Amino acid sequence: MLAWGGGGRAQEPASLVGRRAPEFSLESLQHTRMDLAQDRGKVVLLNFWATWCGPCKVEMPRFMEWQKQYGARGLQVIGVSIDDSAAPARAFVEKLDLNYPVVMGNAKLGEQYGGVLGVPVTFLIDRAGMVRARFDGEEHLAAEERQMRGLLGHPGH
Amino acid sequence: MKVGRSLGCLMVVALAAAAAGGAALGQAATTIPKDALVQPEALHRELQANPHAALILQVGSRMMFDQDHIPGAEYAGAGSRPEGLQALRMRVGGLPRSKAIVLYCGCCPWDKCPNVAPAWQLLHGMGFTQVRVLYIAQNFGTDWVARGYSAERTQ
Repeated sequence: MLAWGGGGRAQEPASLVGRRAPEFSLESLQHTRMDLAQDRGKVVLLNFWATWCGPCKVEMPRFMEWQKQYGARGLQVIGVSIDDSAAPARAFVEKLDLNYPVVMGNAKLGEQYGGVLGVPVTFLIDRAGMVRARFDGEEHLAAEERQMRGLLGHPGH
Repeated sequence: MKVGRSLGCLMVVALAAAAAGGAALGQAATTIPKDALVQPEALHRELQANPHAALILQVGSRMMFDQDHIPGAEYAGAGSRPEGLQALRMRVGGLPRSKAIVLYCGCCPWDKCPNVAPAWQLLHGMGFTQVRVLYIAQNFGTDWVARGYSAERTQ
């Protein structure tokens, strides 16, 4: 997990950890309304990505596996595309046959989440709606799964 | 039917190549010559001395740009997308080929950035002689904003 360290104008990402996850309500590319408040009671894995981002494409099949494996235990994966337009993101979602919703991001949402100035960025949000972790980059899949299982209360953790 | 479909595919490829203007989509940032790179600290100092030293173009993501960008920079479209390169071509088309230009992205670690190399190649191919690329090791947040270098959001 990475944290920015300096005094730049953007809010330091780590500061969001331990705070309530900013809520949003957006229509997904799969034509469902995604309202974060309605996922209260679930563990949410919120992943910012882009179609042209190689590291993001490494992660997404794993997120699909996790949604399938842990969905019944209360996991909800949500993707946020930072592509400039919906068309390539929608085509990618359809190509992968993603089993979790994807919404189109915007600058306001990025700022609310402490600044998304690179991808991938992944947040773990607990059942009470609190941000528990932020991961920058794709090298953290093992840590993400471990912490996500902990939040789910998976047997063995 | 098959012939028609094949011709259609060829036309799509040809249009994409035309939009790219010869730039190779998918090229890694590591293919950019080292002498064309500028380090963040050096650019920061340059801009402190002269904010208008160069035309600065972000070629990554509009969402990233709108959150934070180098003051005075313009968003020129994603360099990894044909439509992004077309927008870049339109932006610089009327400029003198000696114009100082700095390209940057910062979406991903340098060796995984898909945007800067096609953009650099496009401008290089168009004959621009003073094009540099900002070397961003991790991402724009870590290597520019968090270092306290000037940044602004889109109003």
